[in-house]
Amino acid sequence: MPKQIHLAAHFPGVNNTTVWSDPRAGSHIEFDSFGTLARTAERAKFDFFFLAEGLRLREQGGQIYDLDVVGRPDTFTVLAALAAVTTHLGLAGTINSTFNEPYEVARQFASLDHLSAGRAAWNVVTSWDAFTGENFRRGGFLAESDRYSRATQFLAAARELFDSWPADAIVADKDTGVFLRNGSAGSFRHTDDQFDIAGRFNVPRGPQGRPVILQAGDSEAGREFAAATADAIFSRHGTLVEGQKFYRDVKRRLPAYGRPEDSLKVLPAATFVLGDTDADAHEKAAVVRRQQVSGATAIKLLEQLWNRDLSGYDPDGPLPEIDPDVSGDHIARGRASVRMHRDPIAVAAEWRARAEAEKLSIRDLIIETTNRQTFIGAPDTVATAIDDLVQQDAADGFILVPHVTPGGLDEFADTVVPLLQERGVFRTEYAGPTLRHHLGLEVPA
Amino acid sequence: MSTALHLAVALDGTGWHPASWRLPSARPAEVFSASYWADLVRLAEAGTLDFVTIEDALGLQTDRLDGPDERTDHVRGRLDAVLIAARVAPLTRHIGLVPTATVTHTEPFHIAKALATLDHVSRGRAGWRVQVSGRAHEAGHFGRRTLPVLDPAAPDREIVADLFAEARDHVEVVRRLWDSWEDDAEIRDAATGRFIDRDKLHHISFDGRYFSVKGPSITPRPPQGQPPVTALAHAEIPYAFAARSADVAYVTPTDAAQARKIVSQLPIPHVFADLVVFLEESEPAARDAHERLDTLDGTAYTSDAAIFTGTPAQLADLLQEWRAAGLTGFRLRPARLPDDLVGITGGLVPELRRRGAFRTAYEAATLRGLLGLSRPANRYAVAEEARVA
Ligand SMILES: Cc1cc2nc3c(=O)[nH]c(=O)nc-3n(C[C@H](O)[C@H](O)[C@H](O)COP(=O)(O)O)c2cc1C
Repeated sequence: MPKQIHLAAHFPGVNNTTVWSDPRAGSHIEFDSFGTLARTAERAKFDFFFLAEGLRLREQGGQIYDLDVVGRPDTFTVLAALAAVTTHLGLAGTINSTFNEPYEVARQFASLDHLSAGRAAWNVVTSWDAFTGENFRRGGFLAESDRYSRATQFLAAARELFDSWPADAIVADKDTGVFLRNGSAGSFRHTDDQFDIAGRFNVPRGPQGRPVILQAGDSEAGREFAAATADAIFSRHGTLVEGQKFYRDVKRRLPAYGRPEDSLKVLPAATFVLGDTDADAHEKAAVVRRQQVSGATAIKLLEQLWNRDLSGYDPDGPLPEIDPDVSGDHIARGRASVRMHRDPIAVAAEWRARAEAEKLSIRDLIIETTNRQTFIGAPDTVATAIDDLVQQDAADGFILVPHVTPGGLDEFADTVVPLLQERGVFRTEYAGPTLRHHLGLEVPA
Repeated sequence: MSTALHLAVALDGTGWHPASWRLPSARPAEVFSASYWADLVRLAEAGTLDFVTIEDALGLQTDRLDGPDERTDHVRGRLDAVLIAARVAPLTRHIGLVPTATVTHTEPFHIAKALATLDHVSRGRAGWRVQVSGRAHEAGHFGRRTLPVLDPAAPDREIVADLFAEARDHVEVVRRLWDSWEDDAEIRDAATGRFIDRDKLHHISFDGRYFSVKGPSITPRPPQGQPPVTALAHAEIPYAFAARSADVAYVTPTDAAQARKIVSQLPIPHVFADLVVFLEESEPAARDAHERLDTLDGTAYTSDAAIFTGTPAQLADLLQEWRAAGLTGFRLRPARLPDDLVGITGGLVPELRRRGAFRTAYEAATLRGLLGLSRPANRYAVAEEARVA
């Protein structure tokens, strides 16, 4: 039997993947947009809906970045509302372990799990920067090197809270007057370097026991954290070679934690452009790339490598002769998922050489060097590509990021999903009511 | 209709009487399910009530002052109130949704975006019941400060003042964050490639004794601009807090004279009285229902609010008398759910309508609208106009 594919729908993000200028593009804040995408994902029998998070509006050159979508809702609140308009779809929220406290986050996830009848998932992220910290009580209190020890302790504390109510704690027998089996339900104590907390948790155990845990960091520490604690990884490695390398790397870490390989799913982010034919899709994809990288966006993305104000440069002209500034603070702030370039001067030299050889303008070059769509083609081509990557252990499935809100998944749902179902690699019906069922995960003891 | 009054219900578990969960109509095993809350809020909406509040706390229910009890015979455990409200929002259309959210221990940034999002999800029906936590055991759940056990009869004035000063700052930050996006900040200007006009987003740069918050919010301004802020107040310090920070105060008078006196201390749009209610078709039946529950529980139920036991017509008389004393509305705490909520929507509401004292249909699309509050200007936009002028 071939491996079964897992699919999730990422609500389009606040970066230049999202083409807000498309005439079909809808609101990024009205609930209807979230409901529409979630219903499409559920109609297509997806595993879950996914929301990212960023707790400070991005700035570049000291000003709020205005070229991409700006603004998003509170993760928990939207997911709870989505539980009302869906019945099976998993609801995954990105929640940071630095600028939160375990008692509050645990009660929010446990509540979401109850209110969705077992569909909650938590993508644990560790953004720690002082810039984001300026929005919170404790400011930039955490050193970068401590981000995963805080996350590990945070998650350990949250698990104690989730486990503090036995599954059968509530009796609610009207005749005998016994509501709680045991008067100490919810008791906990957790002490480590980050937390010294004790008392009574106030949300009974949710239908899934604990929410499904996702992780989205890429560093050595992040991968180890995922191997130790996560049910699925949201990765950036969606190509065959990179995907297989990442897949092997994280799966080989599992035995040390006594975990079987299939207990951790690897789900890379993926974008897609569909067409009637492959040629048609490639043509469309090229148009989308130019929409995603306008001249103004190209300059801003170039500035992120050069770390300088390049507003005087012509996006249709050659790359700057001047070298990147590696001396000071970075001009882009609040970009949670952007890994800054490791050796900007070397990369700039590479880019200049390439632009010269291929006669590329700044905008052309940025289009070539930044994320091209993961899957481009006719539905059958895309279905085959997805299936191949999964069967060849480059992934266990994908978190799809449409570039148009909220209708950007419709075509995929209508054309690619049926082909995957025909191949017998994607469910035609949900096997059970909870996200753990969809992902084939046990309810924890 | 100056004699018209506003009506809210306070939802908590299976009702406010601790033995209510044992009644035949109670659904104690379902208080952790979405359908339970959806049913109750839809019932309240069918009665055209202004809003529901949903109780919450950052700790387990307890009958003790000094920490959690070990009781097994009362409802224990609850779901997050903001999330209950959000879960119910798509299933309702008119009624205001006012969850409790605690300001002590929590981040104003998170609370601001959660309530703004509730307002987006409900299209302008969100409100906030601000809760201050002076409970030592709740502080222990966060481990970032310690609080002594406070005696509610004679609490340490300095500590209480400090908690409410923090609450005031918290609400101030939340309100600024709600205004940190001007309404027309999103421009989607294809010509310049700009999604927003960043001059219409504002750092709030709040720098206070308890926290500093830079802003702007990550969530665009809520549809109501400022969702109504509400707070329960029993004494001088909370009155001062409500007077400064809230749009609606819930107070607990025992008679009309007291109500009049409290109202004079609260120069805000709305002062509601809280009342626990047992409603039956006859006064003896109501008394009997109340007594049977007290017997079942083994103690006479006491409350910070007055307890009303009687018929819908008697309650209507009382509400109208207190309305005349200056209260604008009432937050009724059903002693039993759903029974006393049914008593409110099926008995009290028709009675008040007959007297011309309550709406017959929803007249506004937002909670502010139902409360007769206009949509406020954005403080930052106002400042800009002033600069230009
Ligand atoms: C695919 C992907 C998506 C991510 N999404 C978010 C996000 O939505 N919010 C966030 O704060 N961080 C996000 N991150 C950042 C990571 O979760 C992590 O906190 C950060 O990269 C630091 O960890 P690392 O050094 O292990 O990468 C994302 C990372 C990846 C790889």
